Amino acid sequence: MIGSIFAVLDRTGRSVIHVLEELGGMLFLFVSIARWAVSPPFKIRQIMKQMEFVGVKSLFVVILTGLFTGMVSALQGYHGFKMFSAESLVGSTVALAMTRELGPVLTSLMVTARAGSAMAAELGTMKVTEQIDALYVMASNPVKHLIVPRVIAGVIMLPALTIVSDFVGIFGSYFVGVGLLDINKGMFIRNMTKFVDLGDIYNGLVKAAVFGLILSFIGCYKGFKTTGGAEGVGKATTEAVVISAITILICDYFLTALMF
Amino acid sequence: MIELFDLHKSFGKQKVLDGLNLTIRGGMTTMIIGRSGGGKSVLLKHMIGLLRPDSGSVVVCGKDITRMNDRDLNEERKKFGMLFQEAALFDSMNVLENVAFPLREHTKKKDSEIRRIVRDRLYDVGLSGVEEKMPSELSGGMKKRVGLARALVMQPEIVLFDEPTTGLDPVMSEAIDRLISDTQRNFNLTCVVISHDLKSIFTVAHRIAMLYEGKIIAEGTPDELKQSDNDVVKQFLKGSLEGPISVM
Repeated sequence: MIGSIFAVLDRTGRSVIHVLEELGGMLFLFVSIARWAVSPPFKIRQIMKQMEFVGVKSLFVVILTGLFTGMVSALQGYHGFKMFSAESLVGSTVALAMTRELGPVLTSLMVTARAGSAMAAELGTMKVTEQIDALYVMASNPVKHLIVPRVIAGVIMLPALTIVSDFVGIFGSYFVGVGLLDINKGMFIRNMTKFVDLGDIYNGLVKAAVFGLILSFIGCYKGFKTTGGAEGVGKATTEAVVISAITILICDYFLTALMF
Repeated sequence: MIELFDLHKSFGKQKVLDGLNLTIRGGMTTMIIGRSGGGKSVLLKHMIGLLRPDSGSVVVCGKDITRMNDRDLNEERKKFGMLFQEAALFDSMNVLENVAFPLREHTKKKDSEIRRIVRDRLYDVGLSGVEEKMPSELSGGMKKRVGLARALVMQPEIVLFDEPTTGLDPVMSEAIDRLISDTQRNFNLTCVVISHDLKSIFTVAHRIAMLYEGKIIAEGTPDELKQSDNDVVKQFLKGSLEGPISVM
């Protein structure tokens, strides 16, 4: 009886210590990133390379996601609004949903799957093949070389991708609403400009920047802490995607509560 | 040159270094031998500050690196070059960029001069015309040579080799051994080599230290170790299953 109580206490204690260690490690890395991000020389070439990887190479998947989200939202909204003859509100509803929520959240989730996972896998492989140790040996800081460019790229490119997603999503809803479902063009656009203001777009972009920070930070952290060869790299990649996605969705709630 | 005092290091419940003492003399090659998984790489990583000991100290050229902050430690690391077990070349860079990396990081040399130095270092390790190749296009032996060129490019005083011949065929192993000897002699380097390749031990090393159960149990010239009456050393050098080193 006493033995099993001690076993439960032991397990609980270990779990608490593990969580505290992870949080401490994350905090330490975050402070280190903040310090190196403002310390010259700035790794402009690496930053541009990562911006291309996170931003330009995610463009296709973000456009597809935004376009079809806008289209399906218009389709669903049309059937709902038609019940009380308010079809012309479809445009404004979709535009609000895209700029405030769907644009930043779906873009971030897609980039997490594409680029966040790649960050964890690449840094994890570098860790297990001693390439990160090689950087230390050559008196170079891996945080400055590897992590800072990825985090900066995430924070800059997510808002840029979100603007694209918002635009194609609204275009998709216009195409479905006006082009296929015969909603009055003038009413569609007038309602959209009446109900959506710049604050909605700005707040959505701030969210996207925060999500960019989350997905790049967690991807890099998990990669940097990888142990145990190929299996460890796979585990780090999966954890990076799952933790980033959950954190983005939880943060989205709190950011929405604060902003709107 | 490098002095290790009463070094202790554990990972979880596993004790890897247990009060280890060792002095690495300057201008010669010291080989550290011991069974696989016995803590040789861990010991090497302590010498360059990649790992910090639980207790004890590592003194490099009179300075205790275990008590240094990151900035001072980075300065000390500029005295070192290191060849990793799998060479640890950066996958995303070609050979030229790999070897040039420390020069671009720590010097303000012009690109043309950097290219000349890289070509010279690659020539020193017996490679030419591979500057544009990616690491994935190189054989194991070529990777190690490029890794050695990168380790030498900043003209270090100390070079650490982590199992330089592991995974290579006998001919390439001999070539790498000869390269280590020639490099040590030509640049008057202090070299520390980790190996369990018995052939390498007697061709490369000026001095040998045997690591066993977290301690250095024997140290001396290759001839002195051959004459050792320590049962562990005798069994290891003979490669015998009979003796105090248990495999199961």
